[in-house]
Amino acid sequence: MKQITDFKLIQKQDFGRSVLLRLRSEQPLPDMVPGQFVQVRVDGSPSTYLRRPISIHDVDFQRNEVSLLVQQVGEGTRHLAQAGEGDLINMVLPLGNGFSMPEKTDKVLLVGGGIGIAPLYYFAKVLLGKGIRPTLLLGGKSQTDLIRLEDYQQFGETFVTTEDGSLGEKGFVTMHSIWQKHSFDKIYVCGPKPMMRAVAKLVAEKDVWCEVSLENLMACGLGACLCCVEDTVDGNVCVCKEGPVFNTRRLKW
Amino acid sequence: MTIDLGRGLVLRNPVMTASGTFGYGEEYTDFVDLSQLGGIIVKGTTLHPREGNPYPRMAETPSGMLNCVGLQNKGVQYFIDTIYPRIKDFDTNVLLNLSGSCLDDYVKGAEMVDALDKIPAIELNVSCPNVKQGGMAFGVTTTGISQVVSEVRKVYHKHLMVKLSPNVTNIAEIALAAEAASADSVSLINTLMGMAIDAERRKPKLSVITGGLSGACVKPVALRMVWQVAKAVKIPVVGLGGISNATDAVEFMLAGASAIEIGTANFIDPAVSVKVAEGMKDYCKRHGVEKVSELVGALITA
Repeated sequence: MKQITDFKLIQKQDFGRSVLLRLRSEQPLPDMVPGQFVQVRVDGSPSTYLRRPISIHDVDFQRNEVSLLVQQVGEGTRHLAQAGEGDLINMVLPLGNGFSMPEKTDKVLLVGGGIGIAPLYYFAKVLLGKGIRPTLLLGGKSQTDLIRLEDYQQFGETFVTTEDGSLGEKGFVTMHSIWQKHSFDKIYVCGPKPMMRAVAKLVAEKDVWCEVSLENLMACGLGACLCCVEDTVDGNVCVCKEGPVFNTRRLKW
Repeated sequence: MTIDLGRGLVLRNPVMTASGTFGYGEEYTDFVDLSQLGGIIVKGTTLHPREGNPYPRMAETPSGMLNCVGLQNKGVQYFIDTIYPRIKDFDTNVLLNLSGSCLDDYVKGAEMVDALDKIPAIELNVSCPNVKQGGMAFGVTTTGISQVVSEVRKVYHKHLMVKLSPNVTNIAEIALAAEAASADSVSLINTLMGMAIDAERRKPKLSVITGGLSGACVKPVALRMVWQVAKAVKIPVVGLGGISNATDAVEFMLAGASAIEIGTANFIDPAVSVKVAEGMKDYCKRHGVEKVSELVGALITA
């Protein structure tokens, strides 16, 4: 069941353009699966009218904690990143469908680009808990984009690309040598749309099962306003409700 | 807190949710006890299915937003077969917002909805700014509105509410035409036509360039129009446009609205509608108002 809850910011970690917010609720958390998101109300920013959809980076059900990795892209997220420890942050959660769970025997690859690595943290953690050790392929413009890299590495073998070559292989995630060396049963992708399209094209050639997490502009986050639609084989569907995770076969990419 | 809008449409309290902002009500049941609302007005529906406009359909603006959804819906028959059975037993008034691109579509759609026992009223949408043919075309001239309302009236026997466009020179004139054509009530305002540009990319922010503006920023315009229309017509006026809290709602009642709708505010606080209903009750208690209907047009101007 979805809820509207005030969370207290209990820890903020600065990563330059992004911040990691650890938020605690006084109530028990509802069930939340990897790939779902929250709608955050941004208080005290006159130019920010709507909530901001942010993916769930991590959950600790024992402590009623949700972590968000927030990249400052506009006025709303900039304001959110300025919140101080102890501040209350109102969220509607959990929203969207989340990633589908792979079979225990599946070879799983998680591909993240830029801030798109955020939801893969919780996903990799849950997978490992189910005895599935994923392979991770994380890309960024530069090494500073690869936030918490050491923490990601604990979940599985992790490969890296950067556009400037400052870490890992130089180039985009689709250019990494891993694609030649390994094959996977299930591939999950979150990142900028051009990057996800490129991965989708690559996996279509190999005929591999693949899910991508979209981030179309949203208003309600509940499937009511029909603003965030993606054109699919079933027509225009709400990314907030039927997504944000879609099988690439369903998309008209 | 009861409000009687006439021809069988009686609201438990003056608060309804605006079409296009509350889905079919189902999207909000985790947050809202629907029995605490006067009514919900479900998504704009047309006789034939519509895919709506391409993405992007939304742009945030200062204290508001623009949308150009373009009436995406699966048509009246789909509503009757699939959605109506799921929502007909909601413990509140469920109104259908009906739109069309030609006169015949409005009439056929209204005829089909007339047969649905649990839909006590239609909100006739003659004011959608995002659909090229029809929609708003009927709502911006007195002859257009007379025609569509009187033709629908012939086949629709329950409460007929007509949703008016603010994109006109004289909204009172349009409201009078709707009244003369036997509308039971008018609701206003639909969204204001607007536009947003991304200067860096030199591109419009919306796929079809223009869209409808809603949210807190439109409230003063809406309030003024409700005031003008309420003075002009004898049928009840339903006020909407930027209502975000109980004080806003009371202001619309004082300006002459018999009931109100909450729209874009549902996106910011999914539970806002019930909070407004509770807040209005508190206002009445605080001001010694026994019946909420006493507030209608009770603005003191002298």
